Amino acid sequence: MTGSSGGGIRFCGRAWLFGPDISTDMLSPGQYVHDPPEVRLRHVLEPARPEFASQVRPGDIVVAAANFGCGSSRESAPQHLKDLGVAVVLADSLARIFARNAIALGLPALSCPGVSTAVRDQEIVEVDVEAGEVVVGEGRTVLRADRIPEPMLDVLRLGGIEPLLAALAAGRR
Amino acid sequence: MSAKVRDEPGADVFGPPAEAMTAAEAALARAAGVARTEPGEYVVAEIGAMMMHDIFAADVLEMLERTGIERLHDPSRATVVFDHMVPAPSVAAAEHQAKARRLLRRYEIDAFFEIGRGICHQVMVEEGRVRPGELVVGTDSHTTTYGAVGAAGCGIGSSEMAYALATGRLWFKVPETVLVVLEGRLAYMVTAKDLVLYLMREVGSAEAQYRSVEHGGAGTDTLSLSERMTIANMGVEMGAKFSLFPADGAPTMRSGARYVATHTVDLGALSPQVAVPHHVENVVDVGEVAGLRLDQVFLGSCTNGRLEDLRIAAAILRGQKIAPRVRMIVTPASSRVYEQAAGEGILADLSAAGAIVEGPGCGPCFGGHLGLLAAGERCLGTHNRNFRGRMGSPEGEIYLGSPATAAASALAGAIADPRELAVPTEAEEVAT
Repeated sequence: MTGSSGGGIRFCGRAWLFGPDISTDMLSPGQYVHDPPEVRLRHVLEPARPEFASQVRPGDIVVAAANFGCGSSRESAPQHLKDLGVAVVLADSLARIFARNAIALGLPALSCPGVSTAVRDQEIVEVDVEAGEVVVGEGRTVLRADRIPEPMLDVLRLGGIEPLLAALAAGRR
Repeated sequence: MSAKVRDEPGADVFGPPAEAMTAAEAALARAAGVARTEPGEYVVAEIGAMMMHDIFAADVLEMLERTGIERLHDPSRATVVFDHMVPAPSVAAAEHQAKARRLLRRYEIDAFFEIGRGICHQVMVEEGRVRPGELVVGTDSHTTTYGAVGAAGCGIGSSEMAYALATGRLWFKVPETVLVVLEGRLAYMVTAKDLVLYLMREVGSAEAQYRSVEHGGAGTDTLSLSERMTIANMGVEMGAKFSLFPADGAPTMRSGARYVATHTVDLGALSPQVAVPHHVENVVDVGEVAGLRLDQVFLGSCTNGRLEDLRIAAAILRGQKIAPRVRMIVTPASSRVYEQAAGEGILADLSAAGAIVEGPGCGPCFGGHLGLLAAGERCLGTHNRNFRGRMGSPEGEIYLGSPATAAASALAGAIADPRELAVPTEAEEVAT
């Protein structure tokens, strides 16, 4: 379903629909900050959709309305989504730090105005990250996402900042 | 715009005058070593100061160790402040902090402020670790606070911090700028917090997302450093990358700079504002929620834990008792604030009124410890976020207001308008 080899970074997966202003406190509540990963993952997006953390499957796609990821700089917010297997995040708009953090972790996150009204919960969505193209309902609707700038795409292709640092340390960059 | 500037005689030789750029454009141009930046372009910029706190310092430094980065680009630019989980409330937090202490020695970071020194942003400003015109990053979203001294501060995550420490640089998109022109002077019992809550309502993330907010106009001259910090601090709540004030001595308006929007605010016309659950942009006049019963009142945080904030609360509460069945938690923003407040008798007055005074730190603001909410409980705090689940139970309710509103509400046991208090003259002196 997913792949970043050959034809660029493309995904096809089941959508989980969320409303506006999904905060990092919902994605990664502060009270569990030093708890073990399995505890922290159980509470991801709990206040918005309590069933999400237990029912999300690898390759699923998070779709949200405006200002997704607002709040804290905590990188655990996109990290938890990645750890749960979320392939890509699409939102009418993304909060700035969340957008940067997602890419830094190798999790594609695209700002795609109108996506939250075009996508129905649990339907299949296709995403071409590099082209900034989102296809909904077997071609029924094609949406344009804001293109991820080249320096960030470069980080994304490498799998995030950590592989980039490892390459730097090894003198390969 | 840029072409026009470059057409002017002499502009090719000397570059455009600095005032033809917004504060954000100027700071990024300076950090990127170029004469000019334009909104929308990407620059690789040299970072002036980098700040980490106890939640993320270990993660950042561990990533450096894991990836084989042997030394920091420039350890003297890094500062570490332990402020969130302090003193360690669990073995896990203690272990996490012990790991960070070891790693910051390993990476030769000398600027380390232990538990009790205070909240990172307050400490950075008190210790002179941020300078006007400089680009600053921190592993905390409220790094926008440094805009109060004219530094372009923004929050980043742990991975990007690791990269910044290793290379000294990071890429940035040059933001568009929204200008806020302040006029007049704040009225009795109306504070900088009420202004920034009003801006949440008036500007908000719909307009400020990814942008820089710049404050200018004669009204900025009436605002103290503490007040500017409150306002810049919450810039991030409207999605802003930076929230900038003119540096000391700089003109309060830049001629020729290009702004995508301008808002003019008459400070004198503002009234106490309250953000209601569960979003910071749900802001109403205090009167609309007055009378709502409270379980907890919180006075503190990097938004409102400074001496002026404690002073106005103490002036309201001195010689009185907070309402029965309301608990009031106070966390001074730093050891310096704590000592000054103690010296002025403020801490004793707050304690005598029935408040609990905790050590300097982030306390309950980020939902870590020291005053979380149970399901169904309602809190009014002077902090910066009221998202569902921010302060403990997702079924708790958080209201945000000024220190004056917090103190008045603690007295009443319900949300109250501080202007309606029958207060001693002393409170009036502090509040005007």
